[in-house]
Amino acid sequence: MTDMPDTTLTPDPSHVAEGHPSSDDAAGYYTPGTPLTDTKAPGGPIADRWQTRKFEARLVNPANRRKLDVIIVGTGLAGASAAATMGEAGYNVKSFCYQDSPRRAHSIAAQGGINAAKNYKEDGDSAHRLFYDTVKGGDYRSRESNVYRLAEVSVNIIDQCVAQGVPFAREYGGLLDNRSFGGVQVSRTFYARGQTGQQLLIGAYQALERQVAAGTVETFTRHEMLELIVVDDGDGPRARGIIVRDMVTGEIETHLADVVVLASGGYGNVFFLSTNAMGCNVTAAWRAHRKGAYMANPCYTQIHPTCIPVTGSHQSKLTLMSESLRNDGRIWVPKKKEDCDKDPRSIAEEDRDYFLERIYPSFGNLVPRDIASRAAKYMCDEGRGVGPEVDGVRRGVYLDFQDAIARLGKEGVEEKYDNLLDMYERITGENPYEVPMRIYPAVHYVMGGLWVDYDLQSTIPGLFVTGEANFSDHGANRLGASALMQGLADGYFVLPHTIRDYLADAPFEKIPEDHPAVVEAKQAVTERIEHFLTVNGTRSVDSYHRELGNIMWEYCGMERTEDGLKKAIDLIRSLKDDFYRNVKVLGTADSLNQSLEKAGRVADFFELGELMCIDALNRRESCGGHFRAESQTEDGEALRHDDQFAYVAAWEFAGEKPVLHKEELTYTAIEMKQRSYK
Amino acid sequence: MKLTLNIWRQTDANDAGAMHTYQVDDVSPDMSFLEMLDVLNEDLNAKDEEPIAFDSDCREGICGMCSLMINGEPHGPEVTTTCQLHMRSFKDGDTITIEPWRASAFPVLKDLCVDRSAFDRIIQAGGYISVNTGSAPEAHSVPVPRDDAMRAFNVATCIGCGACVAACPNGSASLFMGAKITHLGELPQGQPERDSRVTNMVAQHDHEGFGGCTNIGECAAACPKEIPLDVISQLNKDLRTAIKHGH
Repeated sequence: MTDMPDTTLTPDPSHVAEGHPSSDDAAGYYTPGTPLTDTKAPGGPIADRWQTRKFEARLVNPANRRKLDVIIVGTGLAGASAAATMGEAGYNVKSFCYQDSPRRAHSIAAQGGINAAKNYKEDGDSAHRLFYDTVKGGDYRSRESNVYRLAEVSVNIIDQCVAQGVPFAREYGGLLDNRSFGGVQVSRTFYARGQTGQQLLIGAYQALERQVAAGTVETFTRHEMLELIVVDDGDGPRARGIIVRDMVTGEIETHLADVVVLASGGYGNVFFLSTNAMGCNVTAAWRAHRKGAYMANPCYTQIHPTCIPVTGSHQSKLTLMSESLRNDGRIWVPKKKEDCDKDPRSIAEEDRDYFLERIYPSFGNLVPRDIASRAAKYMCDEGRGVGPEVDGVRRGVYLDFQDAIARLGKEGVEEKYDNLLDMYERITGENPYEVPMRIYPAVHYVMGGLWVDYDLQSTIPGLFVTGEANFSDHGANRLGASALMQGLADGYFVLPHTIRDYLADAPFEKIPEDHPAVVEAKQAVTERIEHFLTVNGTRSVDSYHRELGNIMWEYCGMERTEDGLKKAIDLIRSLKDDFYRNVKVLGTADSLNQSLEKAGRVADFFELGELMCIDALNRRESCGGHFRAESQTEDGEALRHDDQFAYVAAWEFAGEKPVLHKEELTYTAIEMKQRSYK
Repeated sequence: MKLTLNIWRQTDANDAGAMHTYQVDDVSPDMSFLEMLDVLNEDLNAKDEEPIAFDSDCREGICGMCSLMINGEPHGPEVTTTCQLHMRSFKDGDTITIEPWRASAFPVLKDLCVDRSAFDRIIQAGGYISVNTGSAPEAHSVPVPRDDAMRAFNVATCIGCGACVAACPNGSASLFMGAKITHLGELPQGQPERDSRVTNMVAQHDHEGFGGCTNIGECAAACPKEIPLDVISQLNKDLRTAIKHGH
């Protein structure tokens, strides 16, 4: 018995298109498929589309809602807000999370803030400007109708959160305060010191628990989704449930419903080291992908510029320092290599290179994340990095608060950033009020995810995807303070409207637990678990994960090349084979077994990592967080090729050779331009 | 550095459990406490011994998933979470005793993992403001004095880890509860449900088997987020007012 990855699958012939384009780096690694379009966004002026869709989406009578079962996987901002709202509307909701409480989901770690086009500062902000900034920040690789809607509902989010008791920062008059964030020139970011994600998540969590008390939501904590149940009873496939493992007892449970929502977050942990929580994983999304949900733009990874540098091989995760620090901190490296090991305080002002201010005078330290990250990498590649040498290179740049302390006083800086600076000192043992902080880019967020239409429905009917788990709003790069906005927009204000159009046809026929689709899904889960526990090899799950992460970071990280990506695919394939033959997982299936949990996640990361490399190989252009060394301007900036690549790459699972479906991106409300922050 | 670890092992909720002793060599002062345990687990795995189960997730001190009594102190000797505790707080040759949270309302699931779902049920009893999605007024319609907003924020930073309960000789969750009562009670939006909130949460707290508060103060001393002890005074004050109002 084995659950080696299936490589014998062949693509559905009706989805396959003819031949590869002539200059395709990824030719041979995939099969070209038929084009894909979003059929749900209404036409007409962009500002009217959401109102039109809300009106056209069919309603579900309140008396019928309690007969409908909704499964929501994940309890971060996108999942908890959706579960609370669907519960309030009267649906029967089952909410699942792998943590011991819904309040622990990783949205809680978001620091800086949440954007909303309130224009409280009267500085020229509007829904249209937020839309424009987000599309531009995403390097014109997002779907404009989705982004406009995001900007439009952003204002409602703030109202909702304030009413829930989210303690946002306020001015002396008692009104809400704002700050500015990278990539924009207006102040539209609402915040709660450096703990905005925590406060927003606690708000959504409390709304969720209120519905638990009301009897509309049932929560399943320490439960991990391991398979999607797709049933085709003659009218085409529909997502009808999930298989989960009770992580305490090991019991494999079946949960059936009329609709399934994945709000299971991002997959940055494919890199092993990232700012994600230890448990963040791709399994829920990947299992859905293997059952027919297309995965879109998987190579779009956000590498965040301001993280604490790596110190050694024992490290289990990287810690982000909020981008908001770039509002007051100045980033620099020494001009001369020989100054790199000196005490930074002894380096004279004229010997410091404030490289972001030098290269990008109009945005300075506030350029978007992808640009700031690459610039830091180049400084270190040149040999002007600072901090301890790891593998022969100093990978760090200074983030200096001396000017801010002189301007605002130490108290002023403390009030704005205290918990962040404390956290830095806790981790590094250095006091950032005295010595400049050292930072370096780290994997933080993924813009790629399951493909969804305007209704947030995947290519499997009845499977909706929200938050970081979907691909739709951030294009090739996400602007700061936009992840919280998207998670809550999807969960509070978008999904509850679009899902009703699907549920208007429900309830669907009851599925018995012995339905072949259920039995097959459950058996697949049991066999996989059985396999991991019986391999009895020699290497730990973590050691494979770390090696996979190194491959991804080296070849599919901040800079990607054709040769590197091809090499990575070979390395991943052979490491994956070795994993299935030689992994060592102790313990039993019917108890709390953390190695077993990790084994399943790492197995899915292997397949995802391979697809990310194929996607990156196909996209021979640079856009946002995806930088192909073959496609850059003379001065090293990212160079897009809109004539060839203005599409969403949506991948259909077909074993080792996935099928590529292209969704063409057209812009009616905005003109595509080469980004410039100079 | 080299350390001796005495660690509580328990196969499941029904097992009696016992302390086991392990040696770890090559501990770097830059490791976090949990990374040190990761290294130990890799060693155990290599020796065909089942790794030690412990909870953690964000590893940046905000999710509240990590726990551990370290030498009798919740989250160890520093004012932070276990995941943010670094080995530079220990010395070469130290012996460290590591146990799960000890409280009857937090049953042990395995080794160092405990069940804290009682906290969720306390929140269900009233730790929220009742406002359905879409029914909120414009955010600026109610100004909130800055100092009130700051106090609400400062206590809303509670991460629900349970250190307060583990530290309390009575196993009381009054600090956890007081933080939520104070957070919502400081804000104008929290006023309509103020009385019912405190009475229902306290009733649930007692029902879960948490002990009463006798003003010892270990909770506030152990809190990694420095929630001040006066939230319990606020809790008691709100409870008295609610009772006076006939709740």
